[in-house]
Amino acid sequence: MNRDNDKGKVLIIRSLILGGIELFLLFLLIFRLYYLQVYQADRYKTLADENRISTRLLVPPRGIIYDRHQNMLAGNRQNFQALMVAEQTTNIDDTLNAFKEIMPLDEEEEKRIRKDLKKNRSFVPVKIKDNLSWKEAAQILLNAPDLPGVIIDEGLSRYYPYGDIFAHVIGYVAAVAENDVKDDPLLEVPGFKIGKSGIEKLYEKELRGKAGNQKLEVNAVGRIMKEIEREDGVPGNNIELSLDVRLQKKAYELLGEESGAIVMMNVKTGEILAFASAPAFDPNSFTHGLSVEEWKELNSNEKNPLLNKAVSGLYSPGSTFKMVVGLAALESGLVDRQSRSFCAGKMVLGNHTFHCWKDIGHGYIDIVQALQHSCDIFFYETAQQLGINKIADMARRFGLGAKTGIGIENEKSGLIPDTEWKLKQFGEPWQQGESIISGIGQGYVLTTPLQLATMVSRIANGGYEVYPTFRKISDTKNFYPKSMGLSPQNIEMIRQGMYDVVNTPGGTALMARFNFNGQRMAGKTGTTQVRRISMKERQTGVLKQDELPWKYRNHALFVGFAPHDNPKYGVAVLVEHGGSGSSVSAPMGGKMLLEALKLDATDKPVD
Amino acid sequence: MYKAYETGFRNQTLSFREKFWGISFSYVLLIMILAVIGVVMLYSAANGSWQPWAWRQLMRFGLGFGVMLVVAFMDVRIFLRYAYLFYFGVLALLILVEIGGHIGMGAQRWINLGFMKLQPSELMKIALVLALARYFNSIPLQSIESIKGLLFPLALVIMPVFLVMIQPDLGTALMLLFNAGAIFFAVGVQLWKFGVVLLGGIVCLPIAWHFLHTYQKNRVLTFLDPERDPLGAGYHIIQSKIALGSGGVFGKGFLNGTQSHLNFLPEKHTDFIFTMLSEEFGMIGAALVILINFLIIAYSFVFALRSASYFGKLTAIGLATNYFLYVMINIAMVLGLLPVVGIPLPLISYGGTVLLSVMTGFGIILAVNTNRNINIGKD
Repeated sequence: MNRDNDKGKVLIIRSLILGGIELFLLFLLIFRLYYLQVYQADRYKTLADENRISTRLLVPPRGIIYDRHQNMLAGNRQNFQALMVAEQTTNIDDTLNAFKEIMPLDEEEEKRIRKDLKKNRSFVPVKIKDNLSWKEAAQILLNAPDLPGVIIDEGLSRYYPYGDIFAHVIGYVAAVAENDVKDDPLLEVPGFKIGKSGIEKLYEKELRGKAGNQKLEVNAVGRIMKEIEREDGVPGNNIELSLDVRLQKKAYELLGEESGAIVMMNVKTGEILAFASAPAFDPNSFTHGLSVEEWKELNSNEKNPLLNKAVSGLYSPGSTFKMVVGLAALESGLVDRQSRSFCAGKMVLGNHTFHCWKDIGHGYIDIVQALQHSCDIFFYETAQQLGINKIADMARRFGLGAKTGIGIENEKSGLIPDTEWKLKQFGEPWQQGESIISGIGQGYVLTTPLQLATMVSRIANGGYEVYPTFRKISDTKNFYPKSMGLSPQNIEMIRQGMYDVVNTPGGTALMARFNFNGQRMAGKTGTTQVRRISMKERQTGVLKQDELPWKYRNHALFVGFAPHDNPKYGVAVLVEHGGSGSSVSAPMGGKMLLEALKLDATDKPVD
Repeated sequence: MYKAYETGFRNQTLSFREKFWGISFSYVLLIMILAVIGVVMLYSAANGSWQPWAWRQLMRFGLGFGVMLVVAFMDVRIFLRYAYLFYFGVLALLILVEIGGHIGMGAQRWINLGFMKLQPSELMKIALVLALARYFNSIPLQSIESIKGLLFPLALVIMPVFLVMIQPDLGTALMLLFNAGAIFFAVGVQLWKFGVVLLGGIVCLPIAWHFLHTYQKNRVLTFLDPERDPLGAGYHIIQSKIALGSGGVFGKGFLNGTQSHLNFLPEKHTDFIFTMLSEEFGMIGAALVILINFLIIAYSFVFALRSASYFGKLTAIGLATNYFLYVMINIAMVLGLLPVVGIPLPLISYGGTVLLSVMTGFGIILAVNTNRNINIGKD
């Protein structure tokens, strides 16, 4: 019986202990609550917000690019996209079939759509077709009752109304690549496009604008519940260029099927009015993404449409270099208005014979006539006596042999050789013969069409250091380029020679001459060989240009300006393998300058 | 041992009136408050709707409340009389589910009765307490303190634990084990025996680990390091802690829990309902719920100690501990103090069987209190 009493006591004591432990443990839970909900509350509040708030960048509209007369060269076009939201359809197959009746989908597209639908949650819109026109979008909306779950989304896509005409100047935008510098969170936005070439790349930062912000509340599976906050971005700046649509069109038209480049500048300011490289490509197709075939075709074309020949093409300037040589000679005092040379058609140095383009020679000739007739012997002799370094020095003052700093990618600096360069490059001393051929712009000398346009503009403006630019200069009155410090008489002599090239019988560009209300042009042709003419061929008769395959034909060049007495426009024309400067390039240059003068006469006031 | 002054009239059946006034109304009130909180939270879990949970839970609570009252009006001696029968009946049901139960949540736990799915393991929690109470009521202290006397109750424990474990339902099996352990402790089994079992358990742990299912292993590993797999197994507990912590002292307000309503919080209507409550009502709401549970358990122990009979005491202690284990394991789990084992918070979480079993338990505890002066023999 006592043991029974003990049994009861044990139970009471043990129960009290057990109950105490249980209640104590429950009490401990409150400490844990305190730790989580008070001590660590801030940390968990942040985590909860990170969970529920999804921040999205709002892409600002890209700045519009205009020419000097407010014509849109690059803009943003409304772009419609058809999307499908699986959970809003009654049946995916029915909707897809109904869609196909309105707009055909090829098999691959359909496969992709079905894959995307499977991959994504049912409320995620899946792209059916993009780049729809307004009309196509309207057609889909009209049939909306048959297309449950199909929605039309509108966005902006870059659009180049002039297509290939401005391809090499304006460039294009495309998706951000792996190796692009990602200095802006916008670049991480899927589908965001940045300037990849030309003006689009050069002024990327200005055109891009600033991203806006949108804070959304999302649930665990990512569905958007509501917008919490929205901060609109800043649209990109519009940019006004110096280009003129009409001149650009003309330049592109003139080049036609040829491979080449035309650059036209305002000689007083350096503003580029036309900047064409042919053949070109359609930047619109780059923005949407090229197909493999299109890419292959562009790359395999021997006329190289992707190369911007105006800044990336390197060419011997040929006879267009003679102004530089002439000026160097005049400035150094080696030659003056009265100096004459005798051209017998060839000249011998050591065991080398240098030929004038005219076999029978030009006879006695002064510097103005030498330019007019493009006599090679006069410049051979001048270069020989002057030495390469003085020529190189003058060439550099005219912007040759260095990048102009225009800012377009892949600009080449060209090459103006001198004795030091030769020694450094080849470890050999400079040869006199090399000076001689440099005198007619051959040999090592290499230039870009843009450099030639800069050169002719600096001659035309009387020796002022203008630099090419694509930005419109609105305050031309207060625009004073630096003088190059050349003697006005000497420049006048060169300009006289260039006038005679076009306007005086015997000039090499006589065929290209015009007289527009008394305004004429001055210029200089150039024809450069891309192959060596052997002794044997010279004896048997030099092959005619049209007997040669295209890629062995001469490059045809022309630089010029107008009006002759008060120059405003300078132009450089290069036609690869075009034949001769006189017959191919000079007429193009003439037409460009005439067009500029005509527009000038009928122009609404520009500034 | 009968006290002379009690034997005369107390060893009688109580009248209905006596029974009614014997019920502890404050105890019942506490239970009702928790149930109301549960319905409110289920209304919030459905984003402010009576469907699909709150209304049905209210109905079930009504049913459970009825069951509790019926049980509370029963004579404690009936529980003693049918304790073994009930125990073996439930054990048979456990075997039945093992043979041909209904598949639910990847484990066989249900018997479909048509109008509800019966979970025998829940009934076992009550049956085991009653069976053990009856057994320990019947033997003297010497037997309790001897090893021989423990063989039968150990068998009573091991059989259902084994059956529940292979379902597999580790959480319930452990609960049964802990509950039995608490009863063994209460009746006076020497502490060194617990030490031996504990030591044996630690030795066997690697072997037991080997027999665990992969998902069970994952739960334990995830508990030890939730960041191990933040999107997989660790997701629940991480999101639960974020929800709790972000609730702060005053909470985000009713229906405003972002973690819960944006579905970051899993199982918010069942196992993680306490998390949602803490998110919406903050530490104040959470502490209040803990406090009410604290009071319910404290009352239960007071009822146990007030009972004159050994059987009544032990039954009330066992059932109180059973309820305590639910509350403790569930809250400790959502607070990240225990692995996620799938134990709901009774009276608040959505779920019929647990509610019914817990309400039955409360009914028995109430009956023990009502019949506290009735003495019961050894069998």
